Order: sequence, then C-alpha cells, then structure tokens
Amino acid sequence: MLRCENLTQSYRSGTGMLTVLQDISFEVAPGEFVAIVGPSGSGKTTLLGLLAGLDRPAAGTVRLDGEELSGMDEDQRAALRGAKVGFVFQAYQLIPTLTALENVQVPLELRGESDASRARELLARVGLGDRTDHYPAQLSGGEQQRVALARAFCTRPKILFADEPTGNLDQRTGAGIIDLMTDLNREAGTTLVLVTHDPELAGRARRILRLADGRLVSDTPA
Amino acid sequence: MTLRALLRLAWREGRASRRRLLLLVAAIATGTAALVAINTFTANLRSAITVEARGLLGADLLLSSRSVPTDSLRALADSLACAGGSPCRERATVTTFGAMGYIPTRTGVRLVRVTAVEGAWPFFGEITTSPAGSWPRLQGERIALVDPAFLTALGASVGDTLALGELRLPIAGTVDHVPGDVGIATAFGPRVFIPGALVPETGLLGFGARAEYDTYLRLPAGAAVESIADSLRPRLRPERVRVRTVQDEQRSLGNALERLGRFLGLVALVALLLGGLGVASAIHVLIRQKMETVAVLRCLGGSSRTVFALFLVQAAGIGLLGSMLGAALGLGVEQALPRVLGDFLPVTVTPSVSWPALATGIGLGLWTAVGFALIPLLGVRRISPLATLRRPYETAGRPPRDRWIAVAIVALMLSVVLMAIVQADSLPRGLAFAGGIGVAIAGLWGAALLLVRSLRRWFPHRLAYVWRQGLANLYRPANQTVSVVLSLGFGTFLLATLLLVQHNLLRSLRVDGGSKRANLILFDIQPGQAAGVDSLLRARGLDPTPAVPIVPMRIQSINGKTAQDYSRDTTDVDGQPAGWALRREYRSTYRDSIVASERVTAGRWWGEGSDSAGAPASISVEAGLAEELGVSLGDEITWDVQGVPIPSRVTSLREVDWARFETNFFVVFRPGVLDRAPQTLVTLVRVDSASERGLVQRAVVERFANISALDLSTVQRALDDILGKVGAAIRFMAIFTLGAGLIVLLGALATSRAQRLRETVLLKTLGASRAQVIRVAVAEYLALGTLAALTGLVLALGSAWALAHWLFETQFAVPAAPMLLLAVGVVALTAGTGIWSSVDLFRRTPLDALRNE
Ligand SMILES: Nc1ncnc2c1ncn2[C@@H]1O[C@H](COP(=O)(O)OP(=O)(O)O)[C@@H](O)[C@H]1O
Ligand SMILES: [Mg+2]
Repeated sequence: MLRCENLTQSYRSGTGMLTVLQDISFEVAPGEFVAIVGPSGSGKTTLLGLLAGLDRPAAGTVRLDGEELSGMDEDQRAALRGAKVGFVFQAYQLIPTLTALENVQVPLELRGESDASRARELLARVGLGDRTDHYPAQLSGGEQQRVALARAFCTRPKILFADEPTGNLDQRTGAGIIDLMTDLNREAGTTLVLVTHDPELAGRARRILRLADGRLVSDTPA
Repeated sequence: MTLRALLRLAWREGRASRRRLLLLVAAIATGTAALVAINTFTANLRSAITVEARGLLGADLLLSSRSVPTDSLRALADSLACAGGSPCRERATVTTFGAMGYIPTRTGVRLVRVTAVEGAWPFFGEITTSPAGSWPRLQGERIALVDPAFLTALGASVGDTLALGELRLPIAGTVDHVPGDVGIATAFGPRVFIPGALVPETGLLGFGARAEYDTYLRLPAGAAVESIADSLRPRLRPERVRVRTVQDEQRSLGNALERLGRFLGLVALVALLLGGLGVASAIHVLIRQKMETVAVLRCLGGSSRTVFALFLVQAAGIGLLGSMLGAALGLGVEQALPRVLGDFLPVTVTPSVSWPALATGIGLGLWTAVGFALIPLLGVRRISPLATLRRPYETAGRPPRDRWIAVAIVALMLSVVLMAIVQADSLPRGLAFAGGIGVAIAGLWGAALLLVRSLRRWFPHRLAYVWRQGLANLYRPANQTVSVVLSLGFGTFLLATLLLVQHNLLRSLRVDGGSKRANLILFDIQPGQAAGVDSLLRARGLDPTPAVPIVPMRIQSINGKTAQDYSRDTTDVDGQPAGWALRREYRSTYRDSIVASERVTAGRWWGEGSDSAGAPASISVEAGLAEELGVSLGDEITWDVQGVPIPSRVTSLREVDWARFETNFFVVFRPGVLDRAPQTLVTLVRVDSASERGLVQRAVVERFANISALDLSTVQRALDDILGKVGAAIRFMAIFTLGAGLIVLLGALATSRAQRLRETVLLKTLGASRAQVIRVAVAEYLALGTLAALTGLVLALGSAWALAHWLFETQFAVPAAPMLLLAVGVVALTAGTGIWSSVDLFRRTPLDALRNE
C-alpha cells in the first residue's frame, strides 16, 4: 500500500544544512494500522508530509498504492490525494467559512460529486447529525475533529494520515476520536497511518514505528 | 471539478465574508456609477444634438460674413432658397453687433449683443418668449425683445423704452429660450432683439464698428445641403463668407461638449481604478488569511488551478455585482448631471438608458475587479498543502519570481492605458493621463513603502507604549499601509490638483486685478471724439490712458505671395502659414514706444520719427503669430487697409503677456503710414466705485452713442461664474473618487478586523483601558492619514505646477488655506474612521473574539 525507501529530508538553516530525516525505509500493507511515535522535533510531521506527498524529499522515494510520487507534479499529486488519501490534522483544519456539512462535502465537490447524502450520513455516523449547519467556530474542539474525520472518510480513501489528531483535545475526547477512527478504519478497510507522541494511543496500533533524531530506531508490532 | 460545483463552492466560501466582500462591491460600484453616469450623459447629449440639430442652426444653410452682404450674395442666396422668386421668404438676415443699451428713464447701461432680425428666422426650432408669441412681432412692429438678464441688470421691466444709439424702442417682452443658445453665454452680454430694418436708425454701424452678418436659408425639401455647401465654399471664400450647415453646427457643438464629457469621464475612470486598487489590496490580505483554507483544499485534492479558479470566480462575482450595481446607480446620477452642467448645454438632454454606455461601464467594472484581483490571486497557486501541517512562515528573502504575475501586471497596465485612451478618445491625451496616474500611484506607493521600511529600521523605541503599538501596526504582517495611503492619497491628489488648477486659472484671469489697474475700457471711439471723451472723463476727476488707435486690416500678401496663392497650394509645406492667420482681420496700432506688457525678442525697436517716404513701413510682429505666418525679420507683408495696399517690413518680433488685460496687439506699425488711415480709438480708465462706473458709461454713451464700454468687473464676474460652474462639475465627479477612496479605507479596516479584534480583546484582557485602545488606533491612523494627505498634496503641487506651466502657461501660486483645510480634512477623516472602528471593536466581548472566525 505504502512504501518508502531511503527517505531523507533536510532544510537550509542559517549556516548549513539541517538534516531532519535520514534514510527512512519501511512498507505498510493494505488495511494495516501503523503508529509513528517519537519525541517532539524528531521528524514525525516531516515524514508524514512526505508520505502523503505534501512535500518533496531531498532524497529517496515514496510509493503510494503503486504510484511513484516523485514522478508527479504538484497537481497530479493533488489528484492522487483527492482519490485515495484522507487527512486528519492536529489543528482540525476545517474551512472556517463553510458549515460542517459543507466542509465534509468539499472533497466530493472537488471530484464533481454534489450529492450531500454521503456527507450527511458520515456526519450522523460521527454523532453530529444535528450540527450540519454549524460553522467550525460554533463547534467544540472534539466536535470539529469529528467533522474532520467525517471529511476524511467521505471519499472512502484507501489510506488515512493523521498527525497528532488528539493533540489539542483532552484525554477522554481524544480517546473517543481514536475509537471512531479505528471503527471507521475497520468498516472501510482503510490503511491508517497515525502520528502521535501519546504511548497509550500508539498502543492501539498493530505496529509502531519509532523515530528519534530523524532516524527510524525501531519497528515493532504492538 | 465542474463549473457548477466551482460556483457553488465559491459562493459558500465567500458567503461568510460577505460584509468585507460587499465593501469591495461598493468600491467597484462607485467607479462604475461615475463612469456610466458620465458616458450615458454624453450619449444622451449626442442624441439630443442630433434630434435638435436643425433647431441649433435654425436653418439649412448659413452664410456669414463680417461685412454687409453684397447684392450678388443676396441674389445667390435667393436663387438657392427660392429659385429666384421674390420676395424670398426662405431667406432671413440676422445682424449681430455689440452696443450700449440703456433705459433713458433709469440709471445704468449695459454692453449688449444686438441681434437684428429680418425675415422668418428661425426656420426650425422655436424661440420662446414671455409674453408668449411675441417673437413674430419683430416682423414689422417697432419693438424690442430682450434677455431677462438685461432687465435684471438695469432694474428695468417690460414696457420700458430701450435706447440703442439713436434708436428708441419699447421693450415688448423677454426672450426666454433660443434653440442652440448656451445659458452661460448671456453672462458676457445679454441679448437684445430688434427688427432688422431699424438698424440704420441706431446710427451705430458706422466705420470701424464690428458686426456679423448672417444670412439664413431654408432650402427646398430634398435639396442636397452638404453638396450645395461644398460647392459654395470655394466660390465664397475670397469674399470671406463662411458657409455652415446643420451638420457643421452639430459637429463643432458635439465636439466641444464631448470634450468636456470625455474629461469628466477620465475623472470617473480614476474613481474606478481606485476601486480596483482597493480590490487588489483587500484580496492580497484576504489571501493571506485564506492560506490555511487553500492548503486544506490542496490536501483534499484540489489542483492549484481549481483553487485559483475558486477565488477568481469570487473576484468576478464582486466585479459583476459591483458593476451592475454601479450601472444602476450611474443611471440615477445621470439624472442629476443636466442640473450640474445645464448652463453649458444648448439642448435639452432627456435622461434615457444608453446601452453602449451601460455595457462599457459594466465591462470596465468587471475587468477592473478581475484584473486587479488577478495579481494577488496568482499567489494562491504557490500555497503548499504542507501549510496544513505546519503554520506557514514568512520565507526569508523574496518569494520566487512568478512569470504569470509579471504577465498579469503588464496586461493590467496595458489595459489601464487602453481604457484611458478609449475614454479620452485621443492617443496622446490618453497616454498622458495614464502616465500621470502611473506617476501618482508610484509616488504614493513609494512613500508608503518608505514609511514602512524606515519605521522598521528606525523605530521610535522611546515613544509611549500606545504610540509604539499604533506605529508598529503600520508594518506588521498583513498591514494596510500601502492600500490606505494609495487610496486616500490619490483622492487627495486629485482634489488638490483640481483646486490648484482652478485657483491658478482664476488668478490668471483676474482682469480687474490690482487697485490701480484700469477697469473700464471705452472703444470704437472715432478720431474726432477722442478729445471730447478725454475731457469728459477728466471733468469727472478720472485719469484715462492716452487713446490708442486701432486700424483694421487684412493680409494681402507675404513676400509677394497672396493669400489666394497660399490656399491654392495643396502640398503641405513647412512654413506654410496657417489659414486663419492669413484670412483673419487684424486690428493693429501704431506707436513709437514699447509698452510694459511686451518685450522684443528679435530685431530692434524703431526709434523716434518715421520711415523714409517710399520705403515699406516698419512693423513689429508678435512672436507666436510670426511663427503661424512663417515670417521672420526682414520679410515683407503687404496689408489691405480698407482697400489700400500698405507694404511693410518685419523689423522686430515681440513677446506679449496677453494675460495682462491691456491694449495688446499682434502687429504694431511705426508711426507714419497709418496716421491718416481710417481708425478708431480705445481708452482705458480706472473708476473705483461700481456706481460711478455706471454713471461714467452712461454719460459717455449719451454723448457719443457709438462708443462701447466694457466694464471689466462684469467680465470678471462672468469668468468667475463660468469657471466656478466648470469647477463644480469637475468636483462633482471628483467626489466619486474621494468616495471610492473612503470605501477602500473602510474595506481595509474590515479586512484587518479579525486580527484587530483578537488584539483589542487581548489588550483589554491584559488591562488596557478604552482610552488606551483608542490611542493605539489614533496613532496608527494619524500616521496613515498624514502620510496620505502630505504625499497627495506634494504630488498635486507637482502636477498642478506642470499643468499651469506647460498647458495653461500661467504663473503658479499656492492657496495655503484651502490646501491646509484639505489636508486636515483627510487626516481627520482617516483618524476618525480608525477610531470609530476601534471603539466598535472595544465593545465586543472576549468570547466574541474567540468565536469569531
Ligand atoms: N521548513 C523548515 N525549515 C527548517 N527546519 C524545519 C522546517 N520544518 C521542520 N523543521 C525542523 O525539523 C525538525 C522536525 O520537525 P517536525 O517534523 O515538525 O517534528 P515532530 O513533528 O516530530 O515534532 C524540527 O527540528 C524542526 O525544527
Ligand atoms: Mg509534529
């Protein structure tokens, strides 16, 4: 499903180059639930960005569902994301000017599907069936993240990337989000890549990749 | 993504920011309204002129000359209009001349334009009189009709007796409307209508009197007027008879009015461009705020094109809505224009919708919104989806060059130049206008950037906290400094330029200026009357200037080549004299000394004495005329003085300050040859009080009926009146520009509102008082307003000076008080708006802020 080889990323910093990721290689099978853990600053977000094709690596390759990302331009990758990838972010990243329902609909609209029933269905599934017309500012953090989950799943993605999806939430709400995520994952058979620094959340994955200082230090089944 | 989905998403996305977007709509609407109003008005004016065309001339054909129509001309006219049948009712003769009119039983006298009508003129169009139906009484009855202004000036009423030279006529009524007449024309001299047969009884049209003799013809139905006129022109040119048709009249009138319309249209265009700038800067900030939205859309699979299109659709929506609204508004404003411009209009303009004007306005409004939005919008394509994971940070150094942004900027500039050329209907004027706008924008932009840069570098760290906070707002990210300075500065620039130009024009036209300058001109004095006039004036304690002789003459030949020779030359050669300069009548003088308002630029002034007998007379020619005629020192000009050829030689060229209202001449002769030529004299005198001026004129006119008097203070009032009205019309349009500037300011405030709200609430939570929050705003907007006002003023001074120096060729002076008032007004307006908005922000609770987008 997802395979990266010798991924390296570095940034220019004041005087020289700062290597943030070094030589990362691993593979994720379809339907797998993988957690990427590590201390803050270890390069988790950077890695996720590369895996999802949001950024280009300095070296190495990423293969997503059989397609080589480095060979694609920005718009081709956008099309790929629209078709196969879902996202959940730490800061929810709902569009503030759209209602909950409209936010969920966006990925469908981008593909040219204007039917709202799928979006409604998913909002009901995450328990927000009665909040469809509310704007993000009118929703709590947990509710916003649930909208984001509904948005991520509405296109039936093959793979879902989540970057610290519970980072801004209290423990109980966070756990609820993870429950939802795993349930949806199971129902749809989606591959799940979850970045977190919370060991308890990571414990729910079937496989844990551990990062430290930009290197992959361990790859263990949970 | 389908178009419908795109439109839907654009609508949804824009809906939440509709208040901000509505301000952009208003900015575009203001400019479009001004443009549509003025262009619709011009179109209506054009069609009114077409509809009333025949009435404008009152006939099919007009033959006019400066001398009494000869018998052969009359015969020719009759053969055209009546195929020789007599008496010919299709021919009318109107004689127009200046004379002093007064009411013997009342004080006061007025220089009037006498219009003596013989025949059924006007053949087309209706002259309205009160009492109604008085006009035909001029045929046969011994009565006069006058402009209402004449009665007002003399405090007279219908029924009084009018005195014109030796003629006495009862005033039977007033003439309220003559087709083709411009209201403002009576400011210089009210009209008096008398029967043509009574002209000799006035005794006024003796030697030297200037009169215009117009022969109006109604041609048989179906006559080919234009081709008749074309065949008449070469035949009548040697006799100095001008041939005019309805079409000529329409064309020249249309041209003159269209020029005014075009100028006002350019002012309107400025308002529209200002709205465009507002859109550009608001979208620039909006895009920064939408960075995360864009990144999310990109994450979710939107291509850079889709996202770009999404926001472009919004800009187009703003443009369409704004320009449609503006068009509707413009049609409303158009109703007011005839009232503002009424006195300049010879026709009644009925407001009606002009589709081309409407379409042009909407098109230009739409393009302005989209074109200006395009530049900031292109940046959307570069926003990376990575921004969803990590807050975007300002990249150090410049963003990578984007070829498309350069293309968009060039396209936008070209389109502005094109709009200016189309609106001005002239390549050089359009270019000059666009160039002027470019310089002004560059100046304002530069000043704003300079402020931002220098604040960042030399920040006044020692100021009190609130001032530091306010000034820091000017350069922090997403600041509105450039857009506010640009919009308000431009408004200030435009208004100040208009004020300065008007002030300087009025100043240069101060004909009654100075407490010692002469303010009464007596002319058409016969040589035999000069001594009498002089003693009459001195007996009243006045000190007139020595009478200056005036000899009317025409050019017979230059260096042996006659005017006819020149007009036969078809090839356009350099140095070929201009037609008008060859054919016009010259009113020359002779004297042995040079006067204060002139300066010899080439050759030498003659000394005492006269030229030796038989030699050509020495003349001094005004430099500009010499250029028109293509003559230089040593060239010979032979003059036709009442049929007598007088040879002369150019011995000097002079520069003349025509702005000085004195007796100035194109051609001055050395005394000698002209001493005994038929001539009239002019004398100038200073009479302090207005009432005494009236009495003096009356005394002169009662003794010497043929002498005319021009009261310069009356002329001054007329000039002031005209310039004031033109100024009012222009300011009316300029208001739109200032309005657009204000809307941009409001837009800027609304755009940065979310950010401000957070800060205000934060400051409030941290214990800032209301006064402190307001002072922060005062500091910021005071600085903005001051910069905008000052830069606008400096630019205006530059442009007004340039206009005065090169276009109007007048001295330049700055009226301090109005300029200061304008500057203070702009600063106060800016600061006031800023304070108002921050007071409003202060009222909001912190929760509001957290909930707000
Ligand atoms: N654009 C960038 N320029 C320079 N350094 C960066 C940039 N993005 C991330 N970094 C650095 O890379 C390292 C890894 O960051 P990140 O992937 O966000 O870590 P994590 O998500 O594990 O906390 C950090 O030290 C961060 O400072
Ligand atoms: Mg991270």
